[in-house]
Amino acid sequence: MKRKHGGEWPFHLMLIPGVVLVFVYSYVPMAGIVMAFKRLAPSKGMFGSPWVGWRNFEYMLHMPEISGVLWNTVFIAVMKMAAGVVVPVTFALMLNEARSRLFKRSVQTIIYFPHFLSWIILSGLLIDILSPSTGIVNELLRGLGMKEIYFLGDPGWFPYTMALSDTWKEFGYGTIVYLAALTGINPALYEAAALDGAGRLRQTLYVTLPGLLPMIILMSVLSLGNVLNAGFEQIFNLYSPQVYKTGDIIDTLVFRIGLENANYGVATAVGLFKSVVSFGLIGASYVLAYGWANYRIF
Amino acid sequence: MYNDASWERRTFVALNYFLLALVALACLLPIVNVLAISLSSSAAVGSGRVNLWPVGFNLKSYEFVLGKPEFGRAFAVSLLRVAVGVPLNMLLTILVAYPLSKERKDFRFRGPYAWYFVVTILFSGGLIPWYMTIKMTGIVDTFWALILPGAVPVMNVILLLNFFKSLPDEIEEAGLMDGAGRWQSLWRIAVPLSAPAIATLTLFCIVNHWNSWFEGLILMNRPEHYPLQSYLQTVIVNRDMSLLSAADVAKWSLISDRTSRAAQVIVALLPVLLVYPFLQKYFAEGIVMGSVKG
Repeated sequence: MKRKHGGEWPFHLMLIPGVVLVFVYSYVPMAGIVMAFKRLAPSKGMFGSPWVGWRNFEYMLHMPEISGVLWNTVFIAVMKMAAGVVVPVTFALMLNEARSRLFKRSVQTIIYFPHFLSWIILSGLLIDILSPSTGIVNELLRGLGMKEIYFLGDPGWFPYTMALSDTWKEFGYGTIVYLAALTGINPALYEAAALDGAGRLRQTLYVTLPGLLPMIILMSVLSLGNVLNAGFEQIFNLYSPQVYKTGDIIDTLVFRIGLENANYGVATAVGLFKSVVSFGLIGASYVLAYGWANYRIF
Repeated sequence: MYNDASWERRTFVALNYFLLALVALACLLPIVNVLAISLSSSAAVGSGRVNLWPVGFNLKSYEFVLGKPEFGRAFAVSLLRVAVGVPLNMLLTILVAYPLSKERKDFRFRGPYAWYFVVTILFSGGLIPWYMTIKMTGIVDTFWALILPGAVPVMNVILLLNFFKSLPDEIEEAGLMDGAGRWQSLWRIAVPLSAPAIATLTLFCIVNHWNSWFEGLILMNRPEHYPLQSYLQTVIVNRDMSLLSAADVAKWSLISDRTSRAAQVIVALLPVLLVYPFLQKYFAEGIVMGSVKG
């Protein structure tokens, strides 16, 4: 019976193209982390260049900006992670209270949209609307009698501008998951609560929120792996030397050291540090998600 | 319903609607603002009279943008990228997801293969080794640099794999009894039954290819080879930020520049807007499928 439809051979055949492409473009770069222990000799390439031991890492530790960059990365990423849970949950609860279906659908349609725009388009948009001299946001602030704010040029504001604009882009998308989880809450629970005299607020606090809790925990745990992902695409397009102090993150630093200054060894070392820590975090988050929510990726 | 008509309840409901509408507007208005700027005269934009409605309506900035040969060329590269990249993504996703969706008794090597792909989500070599590998394979500055490095979207593979798993086994077993091979049961049974999932993933891939800019920027040596988003990165984003704090000298040139930048943002956004109704239809279930599968 197994022989008849070719046994397992068709499966291997199906996998070959994917296996080869992933090998070349994911596994060869993984082997390429040897660059972190080498000094690139352009004629000899990634694998033939001479070894330099831990020198690239020593250089990395002695870079004056490194601790600031690490702090900025974690600070911006954690703000985004926190907002990425709190805002969608709140918004899903609010949407859940709205009764008009048309209204609900329209709001959802609008808030999902920014997720599908690239950071290039959104950066163009943000640079225009946040401009201190001509942007509509600062026009508005001036209209309210306030001073203009250099959202993208002031190191004090920059990290918050990043967290806020990222939340603006992604919260709608995050809301979907919680809206789906809301539909899974047993309506009988609400009836029972109402019979016991619980008003809407109490129903929300004692039925809806506990009903959402497993999903909230799962999503928070799964986002743990992002502690060192402060959002390269966004920050690269919006930062400038005047905000490096608070806005420079690991990924942008790697980009500048490696691709702009061609200091491949050090950039690989910094990148390797990030990959290793992220690997630990993602691994831990999957183990936690499996333990608490019985979540499995495949 | 308990307490539904009380004034507290009514105030709450009204306030809730108001806040929801306000947040939705906050998502919409920046786009409307830039649209209005793109359709206004540069004089009106310069004097700060444009908010949500065009002042001195004209299409000059669009004529300018669409007339620029670089813009057209970059747009064409992006379209070609979607036309070649998305079918390849989907073909590979299906071919990888199907065998991995099998039970171990049907496919003994399922586990090792699955881990082979999942490891790439957990760990990566980082930017520099990735860049140098692509250089080594000799596709830098060719169209294939935009296609091959990301040809296997492993996240999508996992979504589709889980969808395939949820299909009832009986249909496929009946097919196998009737003498269908694995290939036939993939294309004749599993794929047609997974149409909604495949549609969702196709849309993800379209948006993904359309929005990518980084590969184009660093893997292409000549701007003629840039896809649209990479080209836009160089013209809209990558400018000297000090210009923004309004040096008077540059003011006028900057201002007429502003309507054209706005027009480029809008033109680049249009294709996403066009597929959005389809996205909207499928992606909610797609995301839910991905994050809360049982």
